[in-house]
Amino acid sequence: MIAIVDYGLGNIANVRRALEYLGYQVLLTKDPEELRQADGLVLPGVGHFGDAMRKLEADGLIPILTELKDEKPFVGICLGMQLLYEGSEEGNVDGLGFLPGKIERIRTSLPVPHLGWNQLNSENETLREDVYFIHSYKAVPDEYTVATAQYGGEEVVAIVQKGNLIGIQFHPEKSGDAGLAILDQAMKGGFR
Amino acid sequence: MIKKRIIPCLDVKDGRVVKGIQFKGLRDVGDPVELAKRYNDEGADELIFLDVSATERGHELMLEVIEKTAEVLFIPLGIGGGIRTAEDVGRLLNAGADKVSINSAALKRPELIREAAERYGSQCIALSVDAKWEEEERDWFCYTHGGRKRTDVRALDWVQEAERLGAGEILLTSMDTDGMKQGFDHELLLAVKQRVSVPVIASGGAGNAEHFVNLFTETDVSAGLAASIFHNKEVSIHEVKELSKRNGVAVRET
Repeated sequence: MIAIVDYGLGNIANVRRALEYLGYQVLLTKDPEELRQADGLVLPGVGHFGDAMRKLEADGLIPILTELKDEKPFVGICLGMQLLYEGSEEGNVDGLGFLPGKIERIRTSLPVPHLGWNQLNSENETLREDVYFIHSYKAVPDEYTVATAQYGGEEVVAIVQKGNLIGIQFHPEKSGDAGLAILDQAMKGGFR
Repeated sequence: MIKKRIIPCLDVKDGRVVKGIQFKGLRDVGDPVELAKRYNDEGADELIFLDVSATERGHELMLEVIEKTAEVLFIPLGIGGGIRTAEDVGRLLNAGADKVSINSAALKRPELIREAAERYGSQCIALSVDAKWEEEERDWFCYTHGGRKRTDVRALDWVQEAERLGAGEILLTSMDTDGMKQGFDHELLLAVKQRVSVPVIASGGAGNAEHFVNLFTETDVSAGLAASIFHNKEVSIHEVKELSKRNGVAVRET
């Protein structure tokens, strides 16, 4: 059973459909006990970093997410990945702080958001796929980075992993077969 | 680098795909879900359903089509047609659409773009424009109702205004080249790209794979859309991508 953290933000339905298509049983919940019992967690999210943190806080989810971050595959997708970091320039608020570093605005002469199919760069050859991005803020590559993408001279983190904690910046649920394979691998423990 | 997108467009009426579609071995050639899967397998980078239903019941059936498609299609899905309010946009997104494109309703009430973009984010709100050159005025004008009604709105001013209001993408159909199969309307596309920085999807005029290559090498639009040439198997998406790659155009590998 995979639990999608339900804090009322973003288009959760398509992530759910993708997981179900991959054969997982999926539960949408914010109940701490159900989150504890799940085999894996997905933290979704689209929208504003500040709004998302406020909602996590209002729903009392931060303690349980902190408790479970090392326990089992814990996958943050899109804004859900960014929330794993210490904070963001978007709204200038603190994040969950499970990963070191701060989320920054993408600074390039190209249009922002970084939107569309872009290729992953990774030491892991199986990850060098085209996947679908939509985001205006980015994490900066560091030792936990598994894959990146290039956009107008900027290198953005596309996949990050620290132990059981995994972040995916692009939309694996919208990235065709390659995206589904990456999502599946993430739920099975990741890329390291 | 962002890849150029190849997008097939399907006209859906009352929950069924209309216009001839020639896919071998399809049990039911009018089923949008089956066709969506087929185009996904062929390497489409995105899919657009244009709802051409004339009734409320038809639009409701569209929602069912979107839900069923979203269960099996894991590439971006855009929906156009029949959108009048921000609530309509919300219903389509909830059903599983990733983007919606608004045409007539936005011309009637431009604020709709701002409302929808503020509520759901610019990335899922596209402006759809049907433009036609008018020789006397020496300018392009917007048309509504599937190209039947001319408005007094100048297309270049309108795309600029729509970007300002929050449209995240422009789906631009040239009525001058549409159906002619002589290539995309580069003159119009270049003029529009002068006015906006959001991605532009070019529509109208594709007759073969070279037309896509010309589009991507001569303009900086983000995507090329076609309907009948893909449905009638005159050109495959695979063929367009192979020729694009040979000509140095970056496309998504599938």
